[in-house]
Amino acid sequence: MAAARAMWKGTLKFGKSKVNVKLYSAVKEHTIHFRLLHKTDKQPVKQQMIDSDTGDPVEYKDAQKAFPVQRNRMVVLEKEELEKLEPKDSRDIEVTRFVDPTDIDHRWYERAYYLGPDGDTSAYFALAEALEKKNKEGVARWVMRKKDYVGALRVHEGYLALIVLRYAEEVIDASALTAPEGRPLQKKEIAMGEQLVSALAGKFDPAEYRDEYRDRVMDLINTKARGGKVKVTKFRPKKTSDDAVTNALAASLAGMRKKKSA
Amino acid sequence: MPEEEEVATDSAAGRSFWTGAITFGLVNVPVSLFPANRGRTVSLKMVADDGHPLQRRYVCSKDEEPLDWDDIVRGYEVSKGKFVVVTDDELEAIEPRKSRDIDLQLFVDLEDIDPIYFVRAYYLAPSGGTTKAYRLLAEVMEQTGRAGIGRFVMRAKEYVVAIIAESGILRAQTLRFDDEVRKPDDVGLPKKSKVTAAAVSKFTRDITAHSGKVNFRDFFDEYSIELEKLAKKKAQRGVDVVKAPAEAAAGESDEPGEVIDILEVLKRSLGGAAVGKKPAKRAPARKKAAAKKK
Repeated sequence: MAAARAMWKGTLKFGKSKVNVKLYSAVKEHTIHFRLLHKTDKQPVKQQMIDSDTGDPVEYKDAQKAFPVQRNRMVVLEKEELEKLEPKDSRDIEVTRFVDPTDIDHRWYERAYYLGPDGDTSAYFALAEALEKKNKEGVARWVMRKKDYVGALRVHEGYLALIVLRYAEEVIDASALTAPEGRPLQKKEIAMGEQLVSALAGKFDPAEYRDEYRDRVMDLINTKARGGKVKVTKFRPKKTSDDAVTNALAASLAGMRKKKSA
Repeated sequence: MPEEEEVATDSAAGRSFWTGAITFGLVNVPVSLFPANRGRTVSLKMVADDGHPLQRRYVCSKDEEPLDWDDIVRGYEVSKGKFVVVTDDELEAIEPRKSRDIDLQLFVDLEDIDPIYFVRAYYLAPSGGTTKAYRLLAEVMEQTGRAGIGRFVMRAKEYVVAIIAESGILRAQTLRFDDEVRKPDDVGLPKKSKVTAAAVSKFTRDITAHSGKVNFRDFFDEYSIELEKLAKKKAQRGVDVVKAPAEAAAGESDEPGEVIDILEVLKRSLGGAAVGKKPAKRAPARKKAAAKKK
């Protein structure tokens, strides 16, 4: 397979350490893209901007940006003012701190990139080995294409990866939440639940999962393209009761025992 | 296309946009999903030269005729310029038979799940019936340090999902399918080369010297903060202040007030209030905005 093109080049920096790297997207999406169409003539629609007072169309290049300050007021920000706020271009990926991998909550991870060596291959692999040896992840900050990023520098299958992390305001703070309450669970029920979970315990192998829905959507599209008919059915949600939970637990375990002894 | 926007708009409105059930064995846990992530809070609006607010609207690409949401359908381009129309009902009908269930057929070590696969996080609140099944699943997963793996379809896209328990609260982490994550080979990363022990220990020393704790709540989007500061300063001086469009005043997507809402709705749902029971609609949330523009 042909090598992917690097998106960006930078230098990992911490203490006296420096490693030149190239950045590659680790994600390759296969989403089925739909277009919005005009119902009557099946032509694609496009977006247009109009003056909300006069209804006249306005070209994108003639538009300015404004920041809403109150419910009914906005402040126009000139292009030059916006440019002045943009972070300064730099090639540095500043690793400010190394943390235990468990310190980074799942909710912060956003999008993954691979880092590849740019020049000195041995320094690159030495850093990967050092991170693995210490079982640490680096917390890095950098500016790429006029945007500030925070990311986690970690090792993936022996290679360096940089995963963009979300900013504080993008992750809802769970400390404000309280767990659902109810009558205390019985020891017996918890024990049954644990048995059930252990019976279903195993290794996670992402390769075992395939996007089957995507295949079905493509089948639907192909069927319709040929002029075929498709069936449409509706869904209704269901409810549970306390007894139903206990009975279902017992029945699940009984079912599994039967399977094993069979 | 609107997929991303839909998520953002629905989250801001604080609605649950997926209601279904988690199942393990024969146990059924009815839940509603709420986003744990949200878009940046700052969103700039477009205005004309004279400060008039601008609105976006859809027009037909052929005759520029302005369109309401009801005039718009979803289509897939099967060949150049030829589209097959697909309705929401049709997409829903081909969802897996048990698509309203996230069936946990596997429980894995939390550490087995590589962050390279992560897409988004959601909180789960019990919905309908009692909280017992919810509490039981949370308790058992926390005690065993395991996460449940299932799959589900949301907004015409299927996901592998990890259900994780923390402090009695369940959350879902959507994961990318394996074919959507490149392997080092696909990228063309070079084979591992020899490294010297000296080079490695030079790095380990620097790593140790820079190890410590980090509070991720300290990482803010500086650009957004600076933007807001500048806008407020200009507003105080009365410079370049213009009237906001009607939708912004009505509290559309990114108003700070709305952000508080979602936390409130989530808190209430975890407390057992009945909200968001309606199955999520997959029609893009622009429907509302488009209707308002009439």
